[in-house]
Amino acid sequence: MSDQLSTEHLLGIQDLTPDDIDLIFRTADGFKEVLSRPIKKVPSLRDITVANLFFENSTRTRISFELAEKRLSADIINFSSSSSSVKKGETLIDTVNNILAMKVDMVVMRHPDPGAAVFLSRHVRARIVNAGDGTHEHPTQALLDAYSIREKLGRVRGVKVAIVGDILYSRVALSNIHCLHKLGAEVTLCGPPTLMPRHVASLGVRVEHDLDKALAWCDVANMLRIQLERQGGDGLANFPGLREYAMLYGLDLPRYRRLGRDIVIMHPGPINRGVEVTSEVADHANSIILDQVENGVAIRMAVLYLLAGRIPREN
Amino acid sequence: MHAATLLDSTAFGLTVQRLCYQLVEDHDDLSNTVLLGLQPRGVFLSRRLVRELGRILGGARIGSGELDITFHRDDFRRRPMPLAPNAMQMDLSIEGRHVVLIDDVLYTGRSIRAGLDALLSFGRPASVQLLVLIDRRFARELPIAADYVGRWVDSIEGQRVTVDCAETEGEDRVLLHGGDGGTARGIHHQASSTT
Repeated sequence: MSDQLSTEHLLGIQDLTPDDIDLIFRTADGFKEVLSRPIKKVPSLRDITVANLFFENSTRTRISFELAEKRLSADIINFSSSSSSVKKGETLIDTVNNILAMKVDMVVMRHPDPGAAVFLSRHVRARIVNAGDGTHEHPTQALLDAYSIREKLGRVRGVKVAIVGDILYSRVALSNIHCLHKLGAEVTLCGPPTLMPRHVASLGVRVEHDLDKALAWCDVANMLRIQLERQGGDGLANFPGLREYAMLYGLDLPRYRRLGRDIVIMHPGPINRGVEVTSEVADHANSIILDQVENGVAIRMAVLYLLAGRIPREN
Repeated sequence: MHAATLLDSTAFGLTVQRLCYQLVEDHDDLSNTVLLGLQPRGVFLSRRLVRELGRILGGARIGSGELDITFHRDDFRRRPMPLAPNAMQMDLSIEGRHVVLIDDVLYTGRSIRAGLDALLSFGRPASVQLLVLIDRRFARELPIAADYVGRWVDSIEGQRVTVDCAETEGEDRVLLHGGDGGTARGIHHQASSTT
């Protein structure tokens, strides 16, 4: 058991060891307690400045990070590409170095291009937290998903998790697979063949195209959002229609009841109600969708705290 | 390395009892008092005091909790690695109540400063006092003093005081490690040394 992360940045789950993940979870336990206090703020990061760079829209991840930073007393600057010089042709390194020139210690970045976070970590002097890079990784989401499973079931090792839906365009799926495997869980991917990446079985997961079989197997169903904005030209190039998708891969109450047992329902949000899950399922007693959101702040606080602890002080 | 015994298990037990009676003197039946042990090492002393006070007060329920100060420490990023937090146990309100912070050793005073900071995020207590088993005098880096002291120790830099508890180390005792420059003073000695 170590008290220090093995990495200076959080670029992806692939770089973390099981010990790192365990340390993040233990630290998040402490921050969950902080978040239940009347005054939900600690002074740990008061000499740290964090820049939130969102080159792609993401309201909830940005809010979650921002709240985590504020609860840690960090100074924050927010930057989004829609209102920036990126549109004027500035390169990523120039943009970031301009911000770092104002003495910023950490960068939280969402970017549409896979590998953007790794690229940045090699070229700038700041700690990078990947808040999603294209279809590659979204490590804090995977951590909060596994943390929520641990909280609900008491363990992650040996738990059977079905990741259902749009695997092809989802960065959540890849990070989740890595994270769950490192913690000893079993993973089955389930979705239409058109939304399943090729060679995905090489990651050591089972692939199932029949949702009922996947549900019968699993303890936890993580119902991924259909990435409507990424589905190509007319919006729906990979399946005939939302209604057909919902019938084959959506989870409604009758389908849930047919299982004859309880499974945990997860969704990374935002939900397309009636597509991936119906309202009755989303609001079901075994749905931990809102716990995921709550745990997201604690997990992000833990990641920022542990990474900031490795930044040397200038004296 | 040479280690001198400051308190053996008998003296340890007597000291804990004395501290309990001092608390009762000031706080009556402790009905509006909360005892808060500081994580990680103050909680064993705190639990012991709660048990002992329950016995003295005939089974009265003593308000108590355990406070973790990790995120309020002032040495974050000044030490090689960040500290992982300990469990927090604050199932009661401190608003308007008399709080006694409890730790095993008072040294630089920085943990207590962090403890006060952590405490205030739970509300505004009527008053805050400090109880320690060992007070290492002349080593303070902040203007902090204890209200209840088990034993005063005059020690020099480089020496270390460790408090062992039956719950964790199997035996109650307090040791002074490294050198023989230190002297320990109990409550009677303290009275004469301050005059």
